[in-house]
Amino acid sequence: MKRTVFPNRWLPYLLVLPQVAVTIVFFFWPAANSLYLSAFKSPPFGGAGIFVGLQNFVALLTDPEYYESVVNSFVFSGGVTAVSVVAGLVVATLANQKIRGLGIYRTMLLWPYGIAPAVAGIIFLFIFHPAYGILPYFLSFVTAYEFNWLLKGWVAMALVIGATAWTHVGYNIAFFLAGLQAIPTSVMEAASVDGASPVRRFTAIIVPLISPVTFYLVVVNMVSSFFGSFGVIHAVTHGGPGGATEIMVYKLWKDGFIGLNLGSSAAQSVLLMGLVIGMTMLQFRFAEKKVTY
Amino acid sequence: MDHARATTVGADALARPRAATVERVVERRRRPFDWGALVVHALLIASIAVIAFPLYYAFVISTQEVSEVIQKPPRLLPSSHLIENYAEAWRRSHMGRLLVNSSIVAVAVAVGKIAISMLSAFAIVYFRFRGSSFVFWMIFVTLMLPIPVRILPTYEVIGSLGWLNSYAGLTVPLMASATATFLFRQFYLTVPNELAEAAQIDGAGPLRFLWSFLLPLSWANIAALFVVLFIYGWNEYFWPLLITNTEEMRTVVIGLERLIPRSGTELPTWNLIMAGAMMALLPPVAVIVFMQRWFVKGLIESEK
Repeated sequence: MKRTVFPNRWLPYLLVLPQVAVTIVFFFWPAANSLYLSAFKSPPFGGAGIFVGLQNFVALLTDPEYYESVVNSFVFSGGVTAVSVVAGLVVATLANQKIRGLGIYRTMLLWPYGIAPAVAGIIFLFIFHPAYGILPYFLSFVTAYEFNWLLKGWVAMALVIGATAWTHVGYNIAFFLAGLQAIPTSVMEAASVDGASPVRRFTAIIVPLISPVTFYLVVVNMVSSFFGSFGVIHAVTHGGPGGATEIMVYKLWKDGFIGLNLGSSAAQSVLLMGLVIGMTMLQFRFAEKKVTY
Repeated sequence: MDHARATTVGADALARPRAATVERVVERRRRPFDWGALVVHALLIASIAVIAFPLYYAFVISTQEVSEVIQKPPRLLPSSHLIENYAEAWRRSHMGRLLVNSSIVAVAVAVGKIAISMLSAFAIVYFRFRGSSFVFWMIFVTLMLPIPVRILPTYEVIGSLGWLNSYAGLTVPLMASATATFLFRQFYLTVPNELAEAAQIDGAGPLRFLWSFLLPLSWANIAALFVVLFIYGWNEYFWPLLITNTEEMRTVVIGLERLIPRSGTELPTWNLIMAGAMMALLPPVAVIVFMQRWFVKGLIESEK
C-alpha cells in the first residue's frame, strides 16, 4: 500500500534533527572514539597518547583477570536470567488460572520492576549481612558454614544475582502472562479431558507453546543484566571480595575512571561492543518467532 | 484468554448484580468445593509473600532503632521509630534535593525521549526524503551502543560541552530512543491513510496534522511509554554517577550508596539506610501500581 506523504523538502530533516543530533553526538562519535582510543596507551601523567596498535587488546586477552571478569559476567547474567525467567514462568502460570482476584494478584506481582537494581542490592545487602542479616542467621541453624559475602566470593555473587533477579521477575511475569493468554483454552481443555495432570499440562503443553516468549526473555534478561548491572555492583560489592563479582562493565569503569588506564578501558569497550552487537543480532534474528505461534 | 473471560464475567456482574449473585450462589451449592482453586490461591499468595519479603523486611528495619536492628533473633515486626528514622535519613542524605533531581531527570528523560521519537517517527512515516532509511538505521544501531561501550569518549563530550554536573548533561544524552521511535512508527503505520488524505484535502499542513490528529490518537501510547521511561530515568545509575560529582546534582539511587557504613568503626545505622531505600523506591513503584494498565502496555509494546 502506498502511503500518503506530505510534500515538503526540508521539514522531515528538521523533524529528525533532534534524534539524529543526539545519536551522532552521544552515540556514534563516542563509539568511534572508543575504537580510536583503544589503539593508544595514555601516559600516566597526562599528555598525548602513544599509538600502540592492538597492544591493549593483546594485553587484555592474555590477562587472567580479564578472563575472570568475563566468566563473572556470564555467571552473573546467566544466574539472573535462570532465576528470574524460571520464577517468572511458574508465577505467571499460577496467575493465569481461572480464579478470582487476578487483577489484584497481578498488581502484587509486577511492582518489583520499579525498584532500581542498586536499591534492591542495598536491601539484599542487609538480608545477607554477616552479623545482622536474616539469611545468615537462619542458615546458621542448618549449617556451620560461614555464610559471609565479605569472605566468600560465591555468596557475594548470590547476593547480587538475587537482588537483580528480584527486579527482573516482574517484567518476566508480565511477558509470560501475555504469552500464556495467547494459548487457546481449547488446547488446555483437550489435555484436561485426556486426563493430563496440571504438572503434565505445564511441561507438555505450556512450556513448548511458550518457548518463543521464553527465548525472547532469555535474550533480553541476558543483555540487560550484562550491560545494565553496573549499579548493583557499584552500590553493593565494589567487585569484591577479591574480584569475585567484578563483571566486565564494572572492570572497564574501574580501569578507566579509577585506574586511569584509558587505552585498556577503551579496548574493553570495543570488546563489549562486539558482544552486544552479537546479542542484539541474535535477538532480532529470532524476533519474528515470538509473535507467531 | 482467561483474563478476557474474567473481565466479561465482571461486566455482566456489574450490569445485573442480583442475577449474578443468584447464579453464583446456585453454582456454589451445586458444585463441590473447588480445592484446585484453593491450591492456586495458596501458591499465588506464597509467591507474593516471597517476592514481597525483601520490601517488607526493608520497611520493618526502617521503623526500628539500631538496638532492634542488630538484635538476635531478628525482629520481623514493625517498631515505632518510623517518623524519626525517615526524618533523620532525609536530613542526612539531603533526600529532598535527591528526590527533586531524580524527578527532574526521570520526567525530562521520559518527555524528551517521547517528543524526539514522535517527531522522527512522524518524519519517517509521513515524508519521503533522501536518507530516511539511513536515519532509521542510525536510530536502530543505538540499541547496540549502551553506555559501557562508549563511556570514556561520551564523558569527554559532556566535559567539552560544559555539561558536567548539569541537568542537560544528566538528561539529553539519554534521550535518543530506538524503541520509542519504533513504537510510534508502528502505531502511525496503523493509522488509516484516509486520515492524512482528508487532512491534506482540508488544507492542513504536516505540523497541523501531527498536532491535531496524530497527537490525540497517540495518548495511550504516550502514557504507556511515559511510565516505562520514567522508571528507566529514575533508576539509571551509571550515567549520573559518571557525570556528577557534587552533592547537589546527585540522583537518589546514587545518593543512597553513601549512607552505607563501609568501615567497622561506623555505626550500623541500617534503619536509616532502609528508610532511604524506601524513599528511593517508592516513587517508581507507586507509578507502576497506580498506572498499571499503561505500564503493562508500555512494557509489552515497546519491546515489539
